[in-house]
Amino acid sequence: MSVGKPLPHDSAVLHVTGQARYIDDIPAPAHALHLAFGLSRIARGRIVSMNIDKVRAAPGVALVLTADDLDRPADCSPSAHDEPLLSDGSVHYIGQQLFLVAATSHLAARKAAKLAEVEYEDEEPILTVEQALAANSRFEDGPRVWTKGDAEAAISNAPRRLKGRIEMGGQEHFYLEGMAAMAQPQEDGMTVHSSTQHPTEIQHKVADALGLPMSAVKVECRRMGGGFGGKESQGNALAVACAIVASKTGRACRMRYDRDDDMTITGKRHDFRVDYEVGYDEQGRVLGIDFTHYTRCGWSLDLSLPVADRAMLHSDNAYLLDAVRITSHRLKTNTQSATAFRGFGGPQGVLGIERVMDEVAHELGLDPVEVRQRNYYRAASDLNEAPQHHDDPTPALPADGDTDLASRGAQAQLPASDAKPEKGGNTTPYGMEVTDFILHEMTERLLETSDYKARRAAIAQWNTENPILKRGIAFSPVKFGISFTLTHLNQAGALVHVYQDGSIHLNHGGTEMGQGLFRKVAQVAASRFGVSPERVRITATDTHKVPNTSATAASSGSDLNGMAAQNACDTIRTRIAEFLAGLHQCSASEVRFADDQVHVGGETLSFEQAVKLAYEARVSLSATGFYKTPDLQWDRIKGQGRPFFYFAHGTAVTEVAIDTLTGENRILRTDILHDAGHSLNPALDRGQIEGGYVQGAGWLTTEELVWDDKGALRTHAPSTYKIPACSDRPDLFHVDLWDAPNPAQTIYRSKAVGEPPFMLGISAFLALSHAASACGSAYPNLDAPATAERVLAAVRRASG
Amino acid sequence: MTDIAFLLNGETVRAGGAPTHSLLDYLREQKGLTGTKEGCNEGDCGACTVIVTDPEGGLRALNACILFLPQLAGRAVRTVEGLAEGGALHPVQQAMVEHHGSQCGFCTPGFVMSMAAAHAQGRTDHDDQLAGNLCRCTGYAPIIRAAEASEGAPLPAWIENDREKLKVLTPPAAGGEAARSADAASAPAGGRAPYEPEADQGLDAVLTEAPGFIPETADELAAWYLDHPDATLIAGATDVALWVTKGLRALPETAFLNRCEDLKTIETGDGRIRFGASVTMTRVMEALAAPYPSYAEMVRRYGSVQVRNAATIGGSLANGSPIGDNAPALIALDATIHLRHGDARREMPLEEFFIDYGKQDRQPGEFVEAVSLPESSDSFRVYKISKRFDQDISAVCAAFDVTVEGGIVTALRTGFGGMAATPKRACAFEAALIGKSWSMASVEAALPALAQDFTPLSDMRASAAYRLEVVQALCGATLQNCPDREPACWRCGHERWQTPPA
Repeated sequence: MSVGKPLPHDSAVLHVTGQARYIDDIPAPAHALHLAFGLSRIARGRIVSMNIDKVRAAPGVALVLTADDLDRPADCSPSAHDEPLLSDGSVHYIGQQLFLVAATSHLAARKAAKLAEVEYEDEEPILTVEQALAANSRFEDGPRVWTKGDAEAAISNAPRRLKGRIEMGGQEHFYLEGMAAMAQPQEDGMTVHSSTQHPTEIQHKVADALGLPMSAVKVECRRMGGGFGGKESQGNALAVACAIVASKTGRACRMRYDRDDDMTITGKRHDFRVDYEVGYDEQGRVLGIDFTHYTRCGWSLDLSLPVADRAMLHSDNAYLLDAVRITSHRLKTNTQSATAFRGFGGPQGVLGIERVMDEVAHELGLDPVEVRQRNYYRAASDLNEAPQHHDDPTPALPADGDTDLASRGAQAQLPASDAKPEKGGNTTPYGMEVTDFILHEMTERLLETSDYKARRAAIAQWNTENPILKRGIAFSPVKFGISFTLTHLNQAGALVHVYQDGSIHLNHGGTEMGQGLFRKVAQVAASRFGVSPERVRITATDTHKVPNTSATAASSGSDLNGMAAQNACDTIRTRIAEFLAGLHQCSASEVRFADDQVHVGGETLSFEQAVKLAYEARVSLSATGFYKTPDLQWDRIKGQGRPFFYFAHGTAVTEVAIDTLTGENRILRTDILHDAGHSLNPALDRGQIEGGYVQGAGWLTTEELVWDDKGALRTHAPSTYKIPACSDRPDLFHVDLWDAPNPAQTIYRSKAVGEPPFMLGISAFLALSHAASACGSAYPNLDAPATAERVLAAVRRASG
Repeated sequence: MTDIAFLLNGETVRAGGAPTHSLLDYLREQKGLTGTKEGCNEGDCGACTVIVTDPEGGLRALNACILFLPQLAGRAVRTVEGLAEGGALHPVQQAMVEHHGSQCGFCTPGFVMSMAAAHAQGRTDHDDQLAGNLCRCTGYAPIIRAAEASEGAPLPAWIENDREKLKVLTPPAAGGEAARSADAASAPAGGRAPYEPEADQGLDAVLTEAPGFIPETADELAAWYLDHPDATLIAGATDVALWVTKGLRALPETAFLNRCEDLKTIETGDGRIRFGASVTMTRVMEALAAPYPSYAEMVRRYGSVQVRNAATIGGSLANGSPIGDNAPALIALDATIHLRHGDARREMPLEEFFIDYGKQDRQPGEFVEAVSLPESSDSFRVYKISKRFDQDISAVCAAFDVTVEGGIVTALRTGFGGMAATPKRACAFEAALIGKSWSMASVEAALPALAQDFTPLSDMRASAAYRLEVVQALCGATLQNCPDREPACWRCGHERWQTPPA
């Protein structure tokens, strides 16, 4: 069976030979136009005048469009219809699109776009958390507040209390392939190639902009050169722009952002400030905790509400909190509209409580691992009750036409009155019973295999002998909730054809961005038919083949699409089995598909023979498959319910060194034990874990976004924004899978693995803090990203 | 520009057009060779890495996005499409497949090319060889496993084949007449189907840029530059290319220095090393590894392999960047810059060359011919402080050369980058320490003088306060690490960050 095998990425050979085709590699159709946006140079104000004569006159320019030139309003927002493709005259951030140039080459369009003469009436931009709070500039009427128990009383009655704050920066996705799209007009609609995690969203926005039904717009994506959440909603503008110009001119249009434009225009991970007040006992058990989140959402709503929700949902991380209040301020600022990024707010919530655990341990002089273990949820093995399951909610009524149903920015249409807190003593702050917690066992195993205790002691000794360099070591766990929190998105479709020669064609709603989803789903399909994976042809995601797809996001890709593909395959397999069983006068359940053969009634047919017979007997060899995740119900306003199907877990130990003269630092060694359930493909899962860890560590160390006081992003290229390079990965990097079946009924009992390992990078940050704390007795209060400058500041604080 | 001829994946091609046409755009838009990717268009990500073989046979990885076509005259270019031979993957390609070294695959062609270049040279310092290639998916671990697995595998035949073909590559007709002919390749490269070229190479560049001048000698350059003093001289193009790719500038007049072999010499004598202005930073690093290990390590970190292979020592100084790392190190070493104006030559201490921000002591028609510095100095140290360890512009670069005789500081030269509008010595600090005893107390007494020397700025790399604090700390660290007090230079080289035993 191909499931569980460490097969290479389906495109590995195409990747290494340069043959893998990305959007900008598709040969341009004749007479194609290339597009570029003219961008705002101020952060807030109004356009007084915009002279684009020079733009129109520039060499190669075919067309220039402003908002006034559009036949119908074109919006790019995935949620609130607050992102006009081109400015309506108001300006909300530096980088906002003001006009659109179509020219005969990418370079000609870029050059022309610089030639506009725009006069602005400036207003004072709102850039910081403080400015936004002062101006009450926010999304939603006020902060969202979720509570469990009486946090205030628990804190004030606790034997010990502390208050603190951690600031954490945002993060640029830095997918290596920048945003790109191409539109080709058809006689009765539009075909769009887009580097997108969400083809249905592109389809919806393009249809809306052109005044066409979704059925007239086909969106295709074979692969992305990285996504990480950055291509969930941020590709809308390019696709819509290409479609509009293609529609107006009848010519194919393509657009890609230059890297500087990409970083200037598109949204990034939300930065957060987390204030905390905690009451705890002498053993480090948290008795009451009060978190306040402040996040800069940028100029438009985008996906900020569910991102901020998920930060709240992960404020507990792995810890059972009896009395907790979480307050979340979603602030509207004149900056890029912060968007989805691997973890979707989860990492920010997790870092908040991991900081609390670290500081509590520091105050008590305890090993932070012990404090963590004392606060963990109760182990699955200690619970008597079986996991609770619920009936699926009633299907939603159809919503009105222009609602973005398939976006995570959409509002739930379902009445949520069914959602009630579950009973039991192992519940999350949002009332969900935790029945599958395995971090006790995983932690014990990792502490042992990483030799944590001995190394921690050795480091303490080493630090006494070395006045300038200091080492630090830290453990951090993650428990990550798997499912879209907008419940109706937890559905997927697949389309499978078996051809008369026995070859298999597979489509599903997921997109390939490097994570190996296509390979995993193909392994599922091959396993269902008992054939080798080479037989399964993997093809581009295509909204005309599988409709109404959800974004490939929330780590859900293989859970949802694997199940949908399995269902489609099983439909065909059952048809073949029933047909063969009829021939051999046995029961269909006795027909066995294995080793590229079909065994029936003592006879063995090759898979090709079986398929040929079925074809000749007029058995349908094509089927769709559908899947919806069971057992979900969630009321995001109350903060109550069961938003997740299950939890995925991970643990990491990182050792670092810092230079206390300069704050420079290195990661020396990392040990990871991660829970991927019964892995569909251990090689690909390991890739997600290693890559996620390094990306998470990058977020918290070298990756710093800097805006100036005018609101201009100063770090808009790899020359100034530093993602980890080769030598930044740990020299010693041990990754193991906790190979145990998912208790939830997922595809082959695997677990989602896209986002959870990202949060293991937090161990690197905590290790830096630990190293700084070797310089004195005060808590270092390290902020993120821990650049050399911030580490040095932490050293100074620790040494008093 | 003058038509140029070069080998592309083993086939001779001739190309014309604007002299600032990048190899990357040429490959993707004219040749349909889309395996070479644009990730940043500024030489920082390596997705466009190609291998270039010189007429002398040396091969190196270069970033195609900041490489202008005239720089390729008489060379051989290998792209990812030309790596596999006879249906068999190159060993590094095979290893990348087997070790799961690609995820999204977009950076992969660039990695594969850097790995193939390193493989051809027998390099096993993979972290350094790949420091100029960014990957956002894998965390690099599987890529390094692949690089290790392909060590020592047989070399592909095209390496020798390209060298042989280069010997008989017919150079295009000499002379400077404009030739804006479209690409005249006789055969499609890389075994691909013929591809319809796009007519547009950036229109106004084609219209407004004069043909690039490609001199064969420094004399030829000197004479031409007198008559074209407004021309842009292009050596490695690692800086100038960004004027084009990011600044979207046209360069009306250009001269390409890459064929002036007499600007690429390294000479020693009279206790000094003299580098021709066009010596690449790769060769500078190699030449300085023995006498100035800390300098060589700084060069290793400041530019990736691809950048060091293109960038030149003269180019790094001529434009007077206040944040370059070469200048502070050379200033501390009392380097001399040699300028040439026609047949007239003059020289000056490097520190005097930098007058103010964006202003150097260089006359119209005058160019940097060489840089010279002492052959050795026992106590020279240079420190580079940046957000990322490799391939990052410094927040602060600090260089020291101290002479101690009989326990007394008899001479001290410093050089700092990132602290002022130009690379600069800390004269007040030096004065405060010279003549004092060589002790921590005297250094600490001298540190406040640094505040007279510098009022640094805050920017995206660091705050002013951090810059000053770090400079003070480094001045102290120099003392602590003076060779006669502590043998190991723990700031340079990897021993500083030694990994604990597993």
